Amino acid sequence: MRLLLAPFILIAGTLAAQPLDPAALTKPLGDSWPTYSGDYSGRRYSSLKQINQSNVKSLTLAWTTRFTAGAGGAGGGRGGFGGGAAAAPIIIGGEGTADAGSNTNIRASVLEVNGVLYLSTPDNAWAVDARDGHELWHYFWKTKGGTHIGNRGLAMWGNWLYLETPDDYLICLDAKTGKERWHKEIANFNQQYFSTMAPIVIGNHVLTGTGNDLDEPGYVQARDPETGDVQWTFYTVPMKKGDPGLETWGSLDGAKHGAGNVWIPGSYDPETHNYIFGTGNPSPAYTNPPSRDGDNLYTCSIVAINVDTGKMSWYYQLNPHDTHDWDSTETPILIDGEFNGKPRKMVLHADRNGYFFTLDRLTGEHLLTSKFSEAVNWVKEINAKGQTIRDPLKDSIVPGALVSPNNGGATNWPPAAYSPDTGLFYVPSNDAYAMYYLTETDPRGAMGLGGKEEDGLGSLGSFLTAIDYKTGKVAWRHRYPGTGGNLGNGILTTAGKLLFAGDVSGNLVAYDPANGKILWHTRLGNVSNAPETYVLDGHQYILIATGDSLFAFTLY
Amino acid sequence: MKQATFAKMILMLTAAAALWAQAPPQNPQTPPAGAPAARGGRGAGGGGAYPQRPPADPAVLERGKALYGVHCNFCHGSDARGGEGGPNLLRSDMVLNDQSGERIAPVVQGGKGEMPKLELNNNQISDIATYIHSFRVGGYDISRMVPPSILVGDAKAGEAAFKAKCASCHSATGDLKGLGTRIPDAKLLQNGFLMPGGGGRGGGRGGRGPSFNVPPTTVTVTPASGPKVEGRLVRIDDFLVTLSEADGGQRSFRRDGDLPKVEIHDPLQPHKDLLPTYTDKQIHDLTAYLVTLK
Repeated sequence: MRLLLAPFILIAGTLAAQPLDPAALTKPLGDSWPTYSGDYSGRRYSSLKQINQSNVKSLTLAWTTRFTAGAGGAGGGRGGFGGGAAAAPIIIGGEGTADAGSNTNIRASVLEVNGVLYLSTPDNAWAVDARDGHELWHYFWKTKGGTHIGNRGLAMWGNWLYLETPDDYLICLDAKTGKERWHKEIANFNQQYFSTMAPIVIGNHVLTGTGNDLDEPGYVQARDPETGDVQWTFYTVPMKKGDPGLETWGSLDGAKHGAGNVWIPGSYDPETHNYIFGTGNPSPAYTNPPSRDGDNLYTCSIVAINVDTGKMSWYYQLNPHDTHDWDSTETPILIDGEFNGKPRKMVLHADRNGYFFTLDRLTGEHLLTSKFSEAVNWVKEINAKGQTIRDPLKDSIVPGALVSPNNGGATNWPPAAYSPDTGLFYVPSNDAYAMYYLTETDPRGAMGLGGKEEDGLGSLGSFLTAIDYKTGKVAWRHRYPGTGGNLGNGILTTAGKLLFAGDVSGNLVAYDPANGKILWHTRLGNVSNAPETYVLDGHQYILIATGDSLFAFTLY
Repeated sequence: MKQATFAKMILMLTAAAALWAQAPPQNPQTPPAGAPAARGGRGAGGGGAYPQRPPADPAVLERGKALYGVHCNFCHGSDARGGEGGPNLLRSDMVLNDQSGERIAPVVQGGKGEMPKLELNNNQISDIATYIHSFRVGGYDISRMVPPSILVGDAKAGEAAFKAKCASCHSATGDLKGLGTRIPDAKLLQNGFLMPGGGGRGGGRGGRGPSFNVPPTTVTVTPASGPKVEGRLVRIDDFLVTLSEADGGQRSFRRDGDLPKVEIHDPLQPHKDLLPTYTDKQIHDLTAYLVTLK
């Protein structure tokens, strides 16, 4: 089908964005990359194998393009590309007046649909010809301000694209022209929300999430893809008397200011219609006011909600009463496989707190907990439910507590991956230590992330780590050389028996997923997102972002 | 009962005021601190730039403060962060969305839940709102009751721990003589003995404080043929190692698996090796001992 379509476009002489059929999102990952994780499973395992262990050494740069965020980025062809190409139009929107600047850092998933790439940074979106990287249009949003920490990508439904902004709007763009169709407020800017999540399209729902570093409640919202109207809202913390989980807070006011923000997309199980995602930390993050007494549901949890109704199907709290700002937001990975000799449908998740979890996907039943970072030292016990129970002496304390991981975590949000060929789960990890000091002795605690001082003590090593989900044991891990301790980037696996990941030194590297052996690399100086893959004109491509640029590799 | 609670509150507020006096007074108009550079995996470069309210007319502020003190202080605290009866007003969605009392007035004049109605007119409530809005509200909340000292340890036990853990490389009468004088801040001293120089990249948000005299990390490369090359480590990954030699010139060597042989000499390695072995009590005892090295 694609091979027929591509010549047609060439004959027509134009590059027209083609609509995305939402049903295409339910197919296993292959020719295109139409949603945050490529497909709904979150595995980041592509069925493509044109590029494989036998030929990866011949991988060649197809093109590279540099992008400039902000209004100054008008016109195509910056960064050394664009000879002869007409300037790309810039479309400017926004409820604010500020240009957040031209610091361009692509941390997002890039969509590839019918020969066009769609990418984003805070306040910016671009469409790019996937064949040579030239810009088709650039959309720029003038902001009211707020935390411009990152943007995780776009979503697509038919001809429309969806972008969240730091000042809390969901923007709907025409994928062909980049023109704005509408924008809707999705969170309250005055309450210091900031919105970074890549929206997720499921059927006729666009799901959005929020970020907040004050004490405001987290929620997932479903909106109509045509109109942007709200279909349902699911709060991750109790918001009124009678709400389930209220007994796990010291007070209703504490629960309503308990955070649990959802700033990274989840996965989706088409069989059960469950959207399965991780929630953020409770707030105030580091102090223990009486209003926060208890386990603080549903923070630091994996939650499944029915996408048609917005009602919770099940939850599993990994980390009751977190006190280190260790969000559980890393995208859960949905797999089918064996567990204890029986077929199971499962959820896999490596948590910022240093522990790996296997759950039953249909019920949320806990199957396994294991430590994947050797340095981790804050857990008093793994309880009967498999939850990591903290040692309160490892909270932020006045004389200082030596804790691993550091606040950045044993891992964080960068996408983990799974390969059914090896049965292994792959995650970047870091064995870092920090001293955590309590600096606010007011028993009412601080707000947000205040009230403590974290002083980093470095790392015993950062790794690409492969975990056997059946045993929880580390199957292999590759230590990045050197004395630093940065967390690596997100991961891609393929049926070509390859694992692609950026290391901590600016290399894009291909590994053997069975044992971590290095098969190919190229030094780009920086890698800022997780690698992706798709097919164009019969050729498989590997796509990677390096801050302000995209690089596409292929075999000729 | 009521009296007892009231007395307890007064005591608490007095104690709080005394403690705050030790910290520099906060400027209500100071914009929130930006997200620190190493703000976890949410990535560097967070803005944290929430617009603050414009400075208020001092006369209005004064009136609002007085009214707040009479009518609100009792339940919501002198700092509006909540008391035994009322919630924290600073993070209240009603207050955050209020401009000049228009959202606060219906609650004050009509009551809400446990809050009684108060006989205040719209102008008075506007003045109170101005006062409440003058407090800084942010996700990176400044600590206002900072403990004066982190010292809790036992210096004698610390001396024993020093002999066990540190004395193979360091001497209290030699290289560490006068350490407690050179670094009078116990927290900096504690962080410093755990990881001199702050532990390098990716370790969190440390890095401030006195400069410890940490020698550079060096590397020895043994090529398949030719002499060993030694120098200061500039960069290493799986594919390349770069060092700088004594004359300042740099040399790079391609790495192919185990070849050539590369040995890194990290002067902080003994400190890293100790990290998994400490108890927090040992750390606090060591600090209590090290501050005595005058």
